[in-house]
Amino acid sequence: MSAATPTATTLSPAVPSVKSPALSTAGRRRRKTTPARIVAFVILAVLALAWLIPVLWAVLTSFKTEAEAAAMPVSIIPDSGFTLKAYLNVLTEGLVPRWAWNSLLTSTLVTVITVAISALAGYALSRLKFAGRQMIITLIVASIMIPGQILIVPLFNLMLSLNLVDTYWGIILPQVVAAPMVFILKKFFDQIPFELEEAALMDGASRLRIFWSIVLPLSRPILGAVAIFVFIGAWNNFLWPFIVVNDASLMTLPTGLQTVISAYGIQYAQNMAQAVLAALPLIVVFMFFQRQIIKGVATTGIAGT
Amino acid sequence: MTTADALAAPPRGAQQGDSLALGRARRRRSDNLRGWLYCAPFLLAFGIFLIWPTIYGLWMSFTGTSLAGTNTEFVGLANWREALGDPQVWTSLANTAWFTVLSTIPLVVVAMVLAVLVNIGLPGQWFWRLSFFMPFLLASTVVSQFWNWMYNPQLGLINTFLGWFGITGPAWLQDPSTAMIAVVVTTVWWTIGFNFLLYLAALQNIPDQLYEAASLDGAGSWRKFRAITLPQLLPTTVLVLVLQMLASLKVFDQIYQMTGGGPGGETRPVLLYIYEVGFTGYRLGYASAISYIFFFLIIIVSIAYMVISSRRSVKA
Repeated sequence: MSAATPTATTLSPAVPSVKSPALSTAGRRRRKTTPARIVAFVILAVLALAWLIPVLWAVLTSFKTEAEAAAMPVSIIPDSGFTLKAYLNVLTEGLVPRWAWNSLLTSTLVTVITVAISALAGYALSRLKFAGRQMIITLIVASIMIPGQILIVPLFNLMLSLNLVDTYWGIILPQVVAAPMVFILKKFFDQIPFELEEAALMDGASRLRIFWSIVLPLSRPILGAVAIFVFIGAWNNFLWPFIVVNDASLMTLPTGLQTVISAYGIQYAQNMAQAVLAALPLIVVFMFFQRQIIKGVATTGIAGT
Repeated sequence: MTTADALAAPPRGAQQGDSLALGRARRRRSDNLRGWLYCAPFLLAFGIFLIWPTIYGLWMSFTGTSLAGTNTEFVGLANWREALGDPQVWTSLANTAWFTVLSTIPLVVVAMVLAVLVNIGLPGQWFWRLSFFMPFLLASTVVSQFWNWMYNPQLGLINTFLGWFGITGPAWLQDPSTAMIAVVVTTVWWTIGFNFLLYLAALQNIPDQLYEAASLDGAGSWRKFRAITLPQLLPTTVLVLVLQMLASLKVFDQIYQMTGGGPGGETRPVLLYIYEVGFTGYRLGYASAISYIFFFLIIIVSIAYMVISSRRSVKA
């Protein structure tokens, strides 16, 4: 929602043959195995293990029975073997499937609306020389400094008067304002050669048509990057959905899990099963689209955190 | 002036009869309307959900508004005066600052180390990136669940591990001397992936020729790291540092979820205090005043960064 100065993106328009050098996978040239490289490998492996352990421990716990999970002394591998009981309980009794659906629905709508309104505004700010354009740009850039978190109090009051407390739209609408994304898109559109559009204009094509059939297809990489960043942010957003929704059936995964933490603090296996289930969708998506996600986050994240 | 600007502006000295110029002038007039029309959906949302709450929040800070809603009388500077004299405001600001210092240092230094190690080009690139970046994709509640479990005094993995060496670990999140450290460790684990990525991108943009030239001059790895890598990473380091400070100053989620600000307010950041005053204490006006004090702090950090980075670009 908020942050520091937007910087130029590392993505360039999808004109063929323009290849971004940033974040190309894997190493520079192949090198021989030297003692220094072995040491580096060992250090890296230890660090990676340290980073994975909290996740592995949670997964391990989620496959234990509640009795095993709470047993002292703590066993890494339970004597009675692993079980899916915690997952079955969570999926049949709890609200996790419902929360997952709410998360998917609200995050998707936030993403679609944000990308649509930001791209349209970004295009106008990039291509149309209208009175007030500079003022809007200045306002948008200045607004990036406003931390969204300080707005929760007035925003909640606003939602009360709009009757949007405890509704999907109450979750969604405040999240679609992404000033940094407008700015990123504008800068990207600035890089697209104007000649392409000039020709279409001469042929009498409308601006909207040009935007739709020339500019947007050329902008696929940046649109993808913005969409990924916005989606991750909306999927994981905690504070705002937590403030605006009290009805458990309307909660998203992050806020729903919070009620579980406070409610059944002692069912460790189930708690971990819920957390793992909540984590799973984005991790699976990440495994498939690692490169695009990394690139998208690195590109837009600078302006978007 | 961009290409688009140059092309959209009518050429200087164009004649009235020039049909091309006339077409452009007409297009320009309709561009006025069109520009606002295309910006309208965004501006509408922007106005309602960002600008209006910003102004309204400032107004609320001068009123006695409560969550019950009725009392909106103007109280002048009373909220501000109270906030500046409220020891809880100062402790929570101090906690926020302390958390920012403790978390920013490792989140910059360790992120750089990880990126440098991964960038060597060892086998397993996919795996390294997955390990260090994946936590960034997790929701705060998931992270808090994982780490509450890790820190569990009797059943957690950390104290179990310490137990193997005969050490009795503390109740990490309940002990005033370890709670803040525990929250910082979780934060580093959770968010380092983002800084790691920024460093990785920066490292891959350092021209290979620099290293090749240094090799020809007989420089060793360490020498190359100090003479080439570190200076080349300086702009990224400044950027990462500032983004991290701004992010750390806004900490709320994981502290609310892991310690609730405890023990004894020891880890309570200012945003949590604002939340408590506003939504548990129902004093929205007072919460707004504290919000704005915090907002000024954020603006100071942002402006300091802009001054530093603009001075640097002048120099360069």
